[in-house]
Amino acid sequence: MQHSIFVVLLSASLALFSFSCYRRLGLVAVGAGEQRLDRPLARCREMLVYAFGQRRVIKRPFGVNHSVIFWAFLVLALANGEFLLSGVFPGISFALLPAPLYGALLFAFDCCSLAALAAVAVAAVRRAFNPPFEGSRSFEAFFILFMIAALMLAYFGLRGAEIALGVAQPVAGAPVSNLTAALLLHSPLASRLQALPAVFWWLHAALLLAFMNFLPYSKHLHILTAIPNVFLRSLEKTNCQPREDFSEGNSFGAASVDRLSWKDLLDSLSCTECGRCQHACPAAFTGKELNPRLLVHAIKESLLENGASLRGASRGPERSDGAVSSLIGGAPGESSCSEAALWSCTSCGACMEACPVFIEHLPKIVKMRRHLVQMEAKFPEELLNLFENMEQRSNPWGMAPSERGKWSSQLQLRPFVAGETEYLLFVGCAGAFDARNKQVTVALTRVLDAAGVSYGVLGKDEKCCGESLRRLGNEYLFDVMAKQSVQQLREKGVTKVVTQCPHCYNTLKNDFRQYGLELEVVHHSELIKGLVDSGELALAPETGAAGSVVFHDSCYLGRHNGIYQAPRELLKEVTGKPVMEMERNREDSFCCGAGGGRMWLEEHEGTPINRSRVREAIAQKPDTICVSCPFCMTMFEDGLKDVEGNKAQVKDIAEIVAAGLKG
Amino acid sequence: MIVIACIKQVPDTTQVQIDPVTNTLIREGIPFIVNPYDSHALEESLRLKGSHGLKAVALSMGPPNAEAALRKALALGVDRSILLSDRVFGGADTLSTSNVLAAAIKKIGEQEEVGIVFCGKQTIDGDTAQVGPGIAVRLGFSQLTLVDRIQKIDLKGRTVTVRRKLEGRYEIVEARLPAMITVVRELNRPRYPTVPMRLASVRAEVECWSNEELRLDPNTVGLKGSPTWVSRIFSPQRSEGEIVGDGLQDPIAAARLLVDRLLTGDLLPI
Repeated sequence: MQHSIFVVLLSASLALFSFSCYRRLGLVAVGAGEQRLDRPLARCREMLVYAFGQRRVIKRPFGVNHSVIFWAFLVLALANGEFLLSGVFPGISFALLPAPLYGALLFAFDCCSLAALAAVAVAAVRRAFNPPFEGSRSFEAFFILFMIAALMLAYFGLRGAEIALGVAQPVAGAPVSNLTAALLLHSPLASRLQALPAVFWWLHAALLLAFMNFLPYSKHLHILTAIPNVFLRSLEKTNCQPREDFSEGNSFGAASVDRLSWKDLLDSLSCTECGRCQHACPAAFTGKELNPRLLVHAIKESLLENGASLRGASRGPERSDGAVSSLIGGAPGESSCSEAALWSCTSCGACMEACPVFIEHLPKIVKMRRHLVQMEAKFPEELLNLFENMEQRSNPWGMAPSERGKWSSQLQLRPFVAGETEYLLFVGCAGAFDARNKQVTVALTRVLDAAGVSYGVLGKDEKCCGESLRRLGNEYLFDVMAKQSVQQLREKGVTKVVTQCPHCYNTLKNDFRQYGLELEVVHHSELIKGLVDSGELALAPETGAAGSVVFHDSCYLGRHNGIYQAPRELLKEVTGKPVMEMERNREDSFCCGAGGGRMWLEEHEGTPINRSRVREAIAQKPDTICVSCPFCMTMFEDGLKDVEGNKAQVKDIAEIVAAGLKG
Repeated sequence: MIVIACIKQVPDTTQVQIDPVTNTLIREGIPFIVNPYDSHALEESLRLKGSHGLKAVALSMGPPNAEAALRKALALGVDRSILLSDRVFGGADTLSTSNVLAAAIKKIGEQEEVGIVFCGKQTIDGDTAQVGPGIAVRLGFSQLTLVDRIQKIDLKGRTVTVRRKLEGRYEIVEARLPAMITVVRELNRPRYPTVPMRLASVRAEVECWSNEELRLDPNTVGLKGSPTWVSRIFSPQRSEGEIVGDGLQDPIAAARLLVDRLLTGDLLPI
């Protein structure tokens, strides 16, 4: 009788669970297509390392606690599988296995259950007294912890009762179960021992089936989505955005969930709400409206709100787009993101680096910016000048293009000629127009000349690479400018490029590849490092002019292109001692505030990002703050003006090297 | 009712240099832009289209390549773009330009009444500020120059109330329609074209009218109709500056000296 009831309950639960999963997970089908199944072997490797290996989870100390629950969960999946199976086919049990193996399994189940129980208790205490973020003490979070704990307790209860009754043999390696048996025998329940196994068995079954059906409707859905989400992650660094097809009749960017890709939507269903992204985000950290966690959550909410009707509509003959609610413009935290939040992003990529399940926030933000700029022409008013300047004069400041070569009027520079000059020195707008960064360009040419590097420049014919436009969502204008630049570089026969700006570096190297131009691009720090290593550049015995140096990682050099080592090693060669590190460095570095087109926007909300980063640098008491990006240079120069009694100076790495040249 | 924005395609003067030998503008490779003040005129006509349901028309006289400016106007949302281009219009000064523009506006008005004509207060290449008033006089329109705010438009009562931004003061003026209004930059913030509008504008028609359509006496247009001639172009040499007082040692005394000098020299626009 009980057996039949269980079979019916289990069948109903499985049916309901499957239906729920189909309904929830199937919603991602409303998203646009995206190729994510290439290179399956590499994907499996990523999944093993980052999902099963929990590599990113354990990067933060408390992540270890999660990993304990996760790994225990994997082992206990066996126990629970056996539990359900033997419920349907009573003869089937691990007890049929050879005794040593059975014993080992029981030992493993005991240990894992205990570990999970302990980890869940620690998690509950942490969430109660030191929550990961404001508002994380939700009923849902505690309920999930309670359910896991209850499952473990029911397991021990069942095993203990069976041992106490003598139904099961005590196993030497199952100490907790044995202890539970002893406790039961000495408890008031001892007189009702006969009924206990059934009670615990049904309790365990009820918890298991209830939890299973609660999953799809909770943030705990991530136990189903996180592993595939890691498998489906972008195998390349997310340092540029895909092109758009500017044919008439097309729509651009995304303002509703069906305009995002299916992977964007799966991301939203994979979020565990751990809050790591928001701690890493420079905008969230300094009190801006943007919170990457809530952004992803908003996409999930909007998907749940609109997904079903979109899905029904896309199957039916007609589709009414008017019924879809907008992703942009509402209050944050609900089913839409505010425009202010979208414009706060510095595209630094810290959120994506922090996310244990590889959610890609930046592409979603740029897609929504694209909608605002291209479909609605809505953007902060400072950007109108930027867009006009870029379109008319191919530089962000609106300087006359004929002025572009002026920085070098006192120098004898050669124009780039294929076959005669090896490298194109791509000066960049800041290096050509900005007073402070012009000094860096001059220093760089001194270094290149000292090493006898063969290079040339484009002079006044150089055009802005358009990086800020692309991150700001003005893809149309970027597309126009990129095509011109690509054609120019191709006609000139450029193959090797050195840049002093990580933004130019990234665009020439990665964005332009989408236009069929494969360039060998090096950042000046890499090139100079190579020149020192090969002996082509002779450095004076260290002069100590720079004093103690702290290094700031540019997001587009570091996180977006993985160049951390070259500038550090170069600085060590020049100064004779290892560089000092800020508290947040390398992958965890904190943006200067100028990326993602923020260079051209006022910072009205919260504390200025550059001030926050400058304070972090000053805390190391350096003589010199070394940057490797013209935008960082501007942000640090500005930020230092707010620090009273500051004696530190900001130098580009090329300037530090130039000061240490022999002779 | 129709609202017309007169726009001119001008060389980007920030990029123009003067050939020191011939004293003429070096036009080679200099990009053309819509005269900045005219973008505000265009924007205001689009706003009236939105708020009062007027039909917006962009109008320009110039060489065939001025079509680019009119195409941009289409991308921004005007209903019609008309280019007045003919060899006989070439070499025009402000007098013959206003003759041609006025004739075109009259012709546009044959189909539907023209209520307001917007012009930029002046162009950045000629800087004369004469064409707008020239149009108003020739058409008998109310003439409202240097407007930085449209306060009220009463289509039924056929009046418009504007604020004129003058040196050191404002002037509120009510005038009868039809009116010609020249605008300053403070009037509005020009919009940015959406991409679908830009893409559509590529195929949209820019109407081109020659003198066949306008039938003006060839002696009143172009070079022949222009009494102005350019005798010489040169960059004015700035006279040598002067350092007033010693701001480093005694900034207060230096400031006092400066203010005295400004007042006695009548250099302040009060």
